[in-house]
Amino acid sequence: MIWKIFLFLLLAFVSVAGISFPIVENPTRWYEFPLIPGLEENAKIIFFHVPTAWLTVIAFLMSTIYSFKYLRKKNLDDDVKSYAAAQLGMIFCILATVTGAVWAKFAWGSYWSWDPRQTSIFALLLIYGAWFALRSSIESEEKRATLSSVYSMIAFVTVPFFIFIMPRIMSGLHPGSADDSNAGPVVNFKMNGNMQLIFFLSMIGFTVLYFWMWNVGYRSMLLKEKLDKKLIRG
Amino acid sequence: MNSKAYSLFLKDFKSELRTRYAINALAMFIIVAISVILFSVGNEKISASLTGGLFWVVIFFTAMSGLSRAFVSEEERGTTLALQLVAAPTTVFSGKLIFNIILVFAMNTVIAILYSAMFDAFVIQNFLLFLTSFVFGNIGLAVSSTIIAAIIAKAGAKGTLYPVLAFPILLPLILTSVQLTLFAIDGISFERAKFELAIVVSYDVIMLTASYMLFDFIWKE
Amino acid sequence: MINYSLEASGLNKSFGRRLIFNDLQFKFDKSGVYGISGPNGSGKSTLVKIIAGIIGASQGKIFHKLDEKEIAEEHIHNHIGFVSPYLVLYEEFTTYENLKLFADIRGVKFNQERVDYLLNKFLIFKRKDDLLKTYSSGMKQRVKFIFALMHSPQLLILDEPTSNLDDEGKNSVYEIVKEEGQKNIVLIASNEKNDLELCDDTVYLEKYKN
Repeated sequence: MIWKIFLFLLLAFVSVAGISFPIVENPTRWYEFPLIPGLEENAKIIFFHVPTAWLTVIAFLMSTIYSFKYLRKKNLDDDVKSYAAAQLGMIFCILATVTGAVWAKFAWGSYWSWDPRQTSIFALLLIYGAWFALRSSIESEEKRATLSSVYSMIAFVTVPFFIFIMPRIMSGLHPGSADDSNAGPVVNFKMNGNMQLIFFLSMIGFTVLYFWMWNVGYRSMLLKEKLDKKLIRG
Repeated sequence: MNSKAYSLFLKDFKSELRTRYAINALAMFIIVAISVILFSVGNEKISASLTGGLFWVVIFFTAMSGLSRAFVSEEERGTTLALQLVAAPTTVFSGKLIFNIILVFAMNTVIAILYSAMFDAFVIQNFLLFLTSFVFGNIGLAVSSTIIAAIIAKAGAKGTLYPVLAFPILLPLILTSVQLTLFAIDGISFERAKFELAIVVSYDVIMLTASYMLFDFIWKE
Repeated sequence: MINYSLEASGLNKSFGRRLIFNDLQFKFDKSGVYGISGPNGSGKSTLVKIIAGIIGASQGKIFHKLDEKEIAEEHIHNHIGFVSPYLVLYEEFTTYENLKLFADIRGVKFNQERVDYLLNKFLIFKRKDDLLKTYSSGMKQRVKFIFALMHSPQLLILDEPTSNLDDEGKNSVYEIVKEEGQKNIVLIASNEKNDLELCDDTVYLEKYKN
C-alpha cells in the first residue's frame, strides 16, 4: 500500500514540475530548465511523450514474449497476460501518437508529416489494430490464443525491416534522429541535471504504473474467467 | 517431399480449372481496379512516380481478393481433415505456396502489361532492375499472403479481415518495392539500388523461414 | 502379423478451460478390434483426432510404435486410415481421381489392384468415374472407407463407422473390420451396440472425467 501512495506522490510531482518549472536561458536555480534551441517551451513534452512511447514498446514487447510463451507451453494464462499487455500497449500507443502529433503541430507546423517515427508508430497501430480484430473474430479460446500468437510472431519479424527502410525512404524531423539539425540526442547533452532527474523520475513512475496496471488487468481477466466458469457450472 | 507438394499443387490446379474459384474473381478484379484508377485520373496527366505507387496499390488489392482461396476453400468445403490425414504440414504449406506463387506471377504479369498499356507515364528505364525487384517482390507477396491466408481460414473469418491482417505484414515489402519501381522508372543503376534489393531478398528469406516454423501451430489445432 | 502398438499415457484434453478427459491410459499392442465408447459430447471424436495426430493433447502423449520403434510425428499419418462422418473428400473430382490424388499427395504408389478390390467390396465399382458431388451420403461414406484402406494402414480408426449406411453397407463394414482386425489394429468410436459387439476391448470415456 505504501508504494502506491509513493507512486501517486511521484507522478503528481513529475506532472507539476514538468508543466510548471520555467525554461530560462541560463538556469541557475534548482527548478529551472535550460533552453534548447529549436525546441523552447515545446521541450516539456519529453516528460510525458517519451514515457508513453517507451511503455508502448515495453507493453508490445511483453505481449509478444507471452505470445511466444503460449505457443511453447500452451498455457492459457500466458495468452491472458499477452492480451492485457497489448491492451495497455494500445492505450499508450494512442497517447504517444496524439501527444506527438499535437507537439508536431507546434514544432514542425503540421500534425502529421510521415516522419520515420510517426510512420513506425502508425505501423504499430495497424499491427495491433489487426491483432485485436483477429482476436474478436474467433470464438474458441484456444484457437484465438494460438492464431493471435502466431500473428504476433509474424508481425514481430517484420519490425527490423521498418527500422532499416524507414530512414532510407523518408527524412527524419524527430529530435534524436540521424538527420536532426540540432544533432545529438536530446536526453544526454542538452538537458541539465534537474531536467534529466525529472525525466528519469517520470520514466520510472510511468513504468511502475504500467506494471501495476498490467498486473491488475490480467488478474481481473483471470478472475472473470473463473467466475464465468463457476456460474456456468451452477 | 517435393513431389508430394507438387501433387498437392496439381490437385489445386485441376480443381481451379474445374471450379474457377480464384481465376475469374482475380481477372475481374484486375480490370475493375485499373478502370477505377483510369476513371479517377480522367484527363489529368499523372506523374511517373505516382504510377509506380499506384501499380503496387493494384497489386496489393488484387492479391487480397484472390490469394486467401488456397486455404479458405479447403476450410469452407471441410476438406482440411482429409489433407491433414494424407500430408505433413510442411507438404501442405509447400503445395499451397507453389500454387500462390504461380497465381501471383500470372496476375502481376497481366497487371504489368495492362498497366503499361494504359498509362503512358509508366515507362521503365532500367528494365532489368524492374524485373529483378518484380520477381523477389512477387515471392515475398506470395509467402506472406499464404501464411496469413492459413490464419484467416482457421479463424473462420472470410474476406474482410484478410487485407487488414496482411497489410502491416506486407508494408515493408510494399514500401521497398514501390521504391525499387521508382528507381527502375528513373533508370537508376543496380549499384545504387542494392540496399533495397537486399531488403526485399531478406524479407523473402525471413518470411519463408518464419512461415514454415509457424505453420505447424496453425495447421494442427 | 504386425508389430504395431498404440499407447496413451496420462492423456488430458481441455478445450479452453473445459475438461474433456483426464489421465487417460490404454495400450493396444496386439492386432484386434478395440472400441471407444461414451455418451454424446464425451470426447470420442476428440480422442480419435488426438490419436490420428490432427489435434494436440493438453497433457500426456500418444505413442505409435512399429517394431518397438516410435514413429516420428510427421510420418504417423501414413500408418493410419481414418473414417468419420465429418471427413469430406473433394466433390469436384470423381472417386477414382480422389483416390489417385490422395495417393500422390501421400507419396505412395497407387495400388490399382487393391483399389479395385475395395471398390468392388463396397459396391461402387460401377460409379467410380462419377463426380463425388453426385453421390448420396451413404455412398460418400463408402468412398471414405476406400480412402482409409487403400494404403494398407496398420491402424484403422473408425469414428461412427456405420452412420449413413444401409444394411448392405453395414455388412461390408463389419466384414472389413473383422478382416482388418486379424492383422491390424482397428479402433471404433461409437455408441452403436452392434459396432461395439465386435470389439475385444473397450475404453469407456465416462471414467476419465476428473
